[in-house]
Parts: sequence; C-alpha cells; structure tokens
Amino acid sequence: MSNNQHTLPAGWRESVAHRIILKGGRLFHPGSELDQIADLAIQDGCIKHIGSIPSDFQGETVNCEGLLITPGLYDMHVHLREPGFEHKETVRTGCSAAAAGGFTGIACMPNTNPSTDNPGIVEFIRNQAKGLPVDVDPIAATTKGRKGETLTEMSELAATGVTAFSDDGSPIASADLMRRALEYTNMLGALLIEHCEEPTMTVGSIMHEGAVSTRLGLTGWPAVAEEIAIERNIQLAEYTGARLHCAHVSTARGVELIRNAKKRGVRVTGEATPHHVSLECSILEHYDSEYKVNPPLRESKDIEALIAGLADGTIDAIATDHAPHAHDEKEVELALAPFGMVGLETAFGVILTELVNTGRISLARAIDAMSTQPRRLMSLPDVSLEVGSEANLSIMDLNEQWTVERDTLNSKSHNTPFHGWKLTGRARGIYNNSKYWGRK
Amino acid sequence: MTNSTEAKPIVKLNHLLGLDGISREAITEILDSADTFLGVLERPIPKVPSLRGVTVANFFFENSTRTKISFELAEKRMSADTISFATSGSSVSKGETLLDTVRNIEAMKIDVVVIRHSASGAPRFLADRIESAVINAGDGQHEHPTQGLLDMMTLRRKVGRLEGLNVLILGDIAHSRVARSNIHGLLAMGANVKVCGPATLMPRDIETLGAEPIFDLDEGLEWCDAVNVLRLQLERQKSGEIPSLREYNRTFGLTRARLERLTKEIVVMHPGPMNRGVEIDSDVADGPYSVILNQVTHGVAVRMAVLYLISGRERFVE
Repeated sequence: MSNNQHTLPAGWRESVAHRIILKGGRLFHPGSELDQIADLAIQDGCIKHIGSIPSDFQGETVNCEGLLITPGLYDMHVHLREPGFEHKETVRTGCSAAAAGGFTGIACMPNTNPSTDNPGIVEFIRNQAKGLPVDVDPIAATTKGRKGETLTEMSELAATGVTAFSDDGSPIASADLMRRALEYTNMLGALLIEHCEEPTMTVGSIMHEGAVSTRLGLTGWPAVAEEIAIERNIQLAEYTGARLHCAHVSTARGVELIRNAKKRGVRVTGEATPHHVSLECSILEHYDSEYKVNPPLRESKDIEALIAGLADGTIDAIATDHAPHAHDEKEVELALAPFGMVGLETAFGVILTELVNTGRISLARAIDAMSTQPRRLMSLPDVSLEVGSEANLSIMDLNEQWTVERDTLNSKSHNTPFHGWKLTGRARGIYNNSKYWGRK
Repeated sequence: MTNSTEAKPIVKLNHLLGLDGISREAITEILDSADTFLGVLERPIPKVPSLRGVTVANFFFENSTRTKISFELAEKRMSADTISFATSGSSVSKGETLLDTVRNIEAMKIDVVVIRHSASGAPRFLADRIESAVINAGDGQHEHPTQGLLDMMTLRRKVGRLEGLNVLILGDIAHSRVARSNIHGLLAMGANVKVCGPATLMPRDIETLGAEPIFDLDEGLEWCDAVNVLRLQLERQKSGEIPSLREYNRTFGLTRARLERLTKEIVVMHPGPMNRGVEIDSDVADGPYSVILNQVTHGVAVRMAVLYLISGRERFVE
C-alpha cells in the first residue's frame, strides 16, 4: 500500500505472503469449544492445516507462542466520521485503530455528513475501505437525513448488502414511525438498531441524573428516559415480529426489560460498551469532557446489572460506540462539548482486565460477545477455525500489561476516558482478506 | 487587618471554585476578614493598599449587574488593577473558545481571574488549565460561592451565630447555584438546612447534599430562623415546570400574610434580582425582617476578603 502510514497501526507491519504459519498459538473458538495449542497454516487467505504442518508447506512464520488466536473480533458500533468529519476520523484511520484493537470487522454508523441514507454514500464508504484487512459494513440510516420523518429507501439499500439500519444518536421519537421502520426492516430480514432515548426527557442533558448531577449542577439524563424507550421499542418489536437491537444499553432496568422480553420470545438483542461496564458517573467530578458520552455513564448498580446481563447472554454483544472528536472540540465547557469517546483500541484490554480477569465473565463469553454474536446480529457468516475455512483471525496477548497513552492511539482523535489506565491484554495482530497485520 | 501584624491569614486559598468541601476554618477566616473589611468600607476613605500591584481580570460571560459591580468595587477598594470583559452567550459562538479567550488575557500577565459563566464547571475547567487563581462568580446551576459567603456573613451578623441555625432555602432549587453554595457553606458551619419549592424544581436526590426537601412553605417557615428566597426564572412557566406565576406566588411566594401567621421573627434574605409579586411580595422585601440591602453591602466586603486571602497569599503568608 502506498499510504500505509495512515493505515497500519504504529509499529505494525503488513504481510501479503501467500503462505503464513501461525506457530504455537492457543486456538480458541467458544462456538465449537475449540481450545488447543496448535500451529495453524494459511494459504491465500484460507486455513490449510491445523496441528501438524506438512514439511513441504513453506511460508512466513509468525511466532504465536503464548498468544490467543480467535475468530476475528467484530465491533458493530463504530463512528468512522467519513464523509463529513474527516478531521475527527477517516475510514482509514478508524480501521487502523480497529486493527490495533484486534478487530477484523466493524460496522459504521450513518451519522456522517451527508448522512449514510442512500446507496451512493454506502458505496463511497466501502470504497474507502477497499484493500484493508478490516472489513467495514456500513449501517444505513433508518430515516432520510436521520431526521426521524420518512424512511430511507431500505429495500434498495438492502440490495447493496446493507444488513442493519439505525438513526444512532437520534432516537426515533414517533412511535408510529418506529413501528413502520420495524415492519419494513423485518420484511427485508434486516436488523433495526435503535439508540433508546425518550428525547423529550433529555433536552440539554449532560450526565446521568442523580446525586452527582445534583451536586455538580448539571442537567440530568434520567435512566428512566432510556427504559421508557427500550420498553416502547420492545413492545413494537413484539407487535411487528421484527428484530430490534438496543444499542449501548446503560441502565439496570434496561437490562431487565430485555431479559424479560427475550423470555417471552421477543426478537430483541442488546449491546454494552466497555465504558459503561467500567466507569461510574462520579468520574465527572472535575467536569472533564472525556467522560461526557451519550447515553451517560451511570451508577454502580447499573454496571453490576450490565455485567450480569453480559454473563447470562441478555446482553448479546460488546460494542465500543467508538466516537472520535477532535481535541479542540472536547477542550471546552462541559455543556458545549460533544458526546462520545474513542474505544476501539482499549476495548479488549478493558474487558479482559475489568470483567474476565476479575472472574465476572468468562473468556469464552467475552470472545463470543466480541466476535460471534455481533457478526450474527449483522447477518454475517460465522467465522470458524477449521481447515478449509476462510482465515479471519485475531491474535491476542492475554498477558501483556500496558498503559493507555492517549497520544499514542492510532485513531485520529484521542478522546479516551482510559488515559493512564493499566490494562492487561492487547492485540498482537490480525489476519483477514489474505493479509496479515501485526506488531513488528 | 492590613495594618495589624497579627492578622496574617492562616488559610491559604488557591482558588475559590465553590463551597463544596471547604472547611469550617476557611469559611470562618473569610467571614472574619470580611467583617474587618466592612469596617474599611465605612471609613471616610474606603480604600486599602492590600492588593496593590495585583491584576484582576473579571470575565463575565453571562449577564450580571450586581455581582460584576460588587467584584469591581471590591477590587478597587483593595487597590488592585482591574480589567473587565463582559459578553453574553457562549464563547464559542463568538468564534473563540473560553480557554483561548482567557489564555490570551492571561498572557498579558494577570494574577486573578474572576469568572461568571452559564456553564456549570467552567471555573473548574479553567482552574485546571491556567496559572492564575480563579474565583467563581457563579457558574450555571453549580455554585455561587461568594453569594453563599455573603449570605452567611449577613446571617452571622444579624443573628450572631451560624451553628444550630435553621435556614430554609425557598424556590427553584434545581436551577440555583445560590442554593447549592448556601447548602454546602451552612452545613459546614453547623447550621441546619431545608429546601422548599415545587417538586418540579427540586433536583433529584437533593437530600444527599444534606438538605431535606419539604413542600409545605408554612411548615418550613415555622421551622426556620431565616429564609433565603431564590429568584424564579420567569421561563420556568414556559418550560412547563410550574403551572403559572400566580399559582407559584400563592403556593411558594413569601407573602406578608404568611409571615404574620408566625409566632416569631425570621430573617428574610434574597440574592436578587427580585421578581416582586412572584417569589417575594414587596411589603416583605421592603419590610422590617428583610436584610436584602445588607446582603448587597456585605457582598463587597466578602469579595474583598476572598481576594485578599487568594491574591495576598504570596505577599502575606510568609
């Protein structure tokens, strides 16, 4: 690639060798209960051998001793900002951050400018991602211009390969329009992803409503505004039979509503972000806009419920809601700062450190929630670690200890809430689309 | 105190961002100093050289008349060099960020920044990023510490103590920075605080600050030794938070009839500006229990004390 400097994560290299041997790694695929240390040989993007590699299979060898090799991680909630906000992120820089985080695929949200509400923009984003090992699946807008007024031409968008629709960031206020959106996506077999927020209750809201917002004098974003929206959308999903996915669930009762709906057979799913399972709203004490995010950081009881929901599968997926913003946009009074934080490069480390290594969820569930489940929700084929299947792999070091430094992030924006955190677990490389990218 | 050798401040203030977390000793020190400076204001030449050579920049990013004039007067009475910058609306809408605006003025060598801003936390945001000392002159719905201090000074001078005093804060608690500073300061000084107002203007979990919410004004007046009446922003009616100004006055307005039903005298305060006939009736505001104009006078003395304890620190704490 001529412009690799903007594509590869810092300190990484690219290999397009026809044959690659990943030597001595721990092959881990929760779906097929695979967990064994074995060599893995890839030829032209396809898994050729597992275990004993024939002596005549000559290729580039990557030492994977002590490393975990899993189906490629997938993040179904990313803001790539292109087109329109290239000063925050581009498809290329976002994919570089994704690779650095160990992801081989991401779904990007349509709040671009112009918004991703027509096949032309979808095609543009796909073109920008061409040739990269990180797959980019654009999520198209539910409504034209994300204005919540009329549906996008979903049938035509679906024909170009779009499998999910969302107005993420702008909740659909009208219950009737939400019903129509669910009916239409259901007809197409697509997923409707909704940012669940009752907008009349969150005008001017900055942070979670409660003791801390009262002390800091900040307009509250009450948990009930999320719960009302989740419940309304569940009822509509139940009535229409459609597939509803609740983005970034942040409240304890939200988890409970999804759990109960699933029990009675509603086709509803949910995702949680690494920041919502690891940060409490009291961290806003100094009015630091790095912690301003929508939905907002909540209380410890919400964190507990989200983790329990992840553990029992109520919350299907872990997604980052990677939302880059330029430094000067964030470095303002809290009320004026935009919502959002980057998350691609810290997601795995935060989940491993805070949830897996503390015994809250299993490693198998973490990989399932970061790989298998989001792919299924996006109607993508399962990835497997079997001879003959396409190689789509993440190579992770479960033992590497590192400190998050905002200035060394590969994302174009550095608005991480985890600056200075000591994390355990980090990506060492990925293999996808017949390419290996990994640390030198 | 400026000509006394034993009056060196014992409390070191780097900034004054709020009364949340401030010690009883610090508040006492400020109030004691303010009492002294009140004496200065009554001299024939009401001016002392305490802040000679100190440059204070007043940034008022939100409309203010009395607080701005009060700070400017306090600075002049202390012989500080002052500049004032006033603009309404967000700084961003003017094309320059708050931080850039303040850093530019700071580059011209100033010592103290006084800031009034509509965004909660703006003074903290600056204090974490600039060299100058920062004094919060009111930030959004967060705090207005010099108002809290002048209210306490007024009460202490009127009643003689703060310890054990029952203070009722009345009105729009949710949007009031004055309420928060009063709650924190009064509790630190050993007073008891209750808040009273319509449920729609009562912030969530207010009791976690240590102030019990009540919704019956007469019960509150019966309980208290002093009532601090907050200004009701008239747009609360439009936003649907109260049914009407008329109903507000009848339910939560401080009227003469309510005061006359009491078997005792209570102190009546208001941070201003008043909406006469809404949260307070004229015959109460101008009546015998009112200390509202004293509050304004004490505001200058309290701000002199705060400026002295902050910017006099290198020169006097040695």
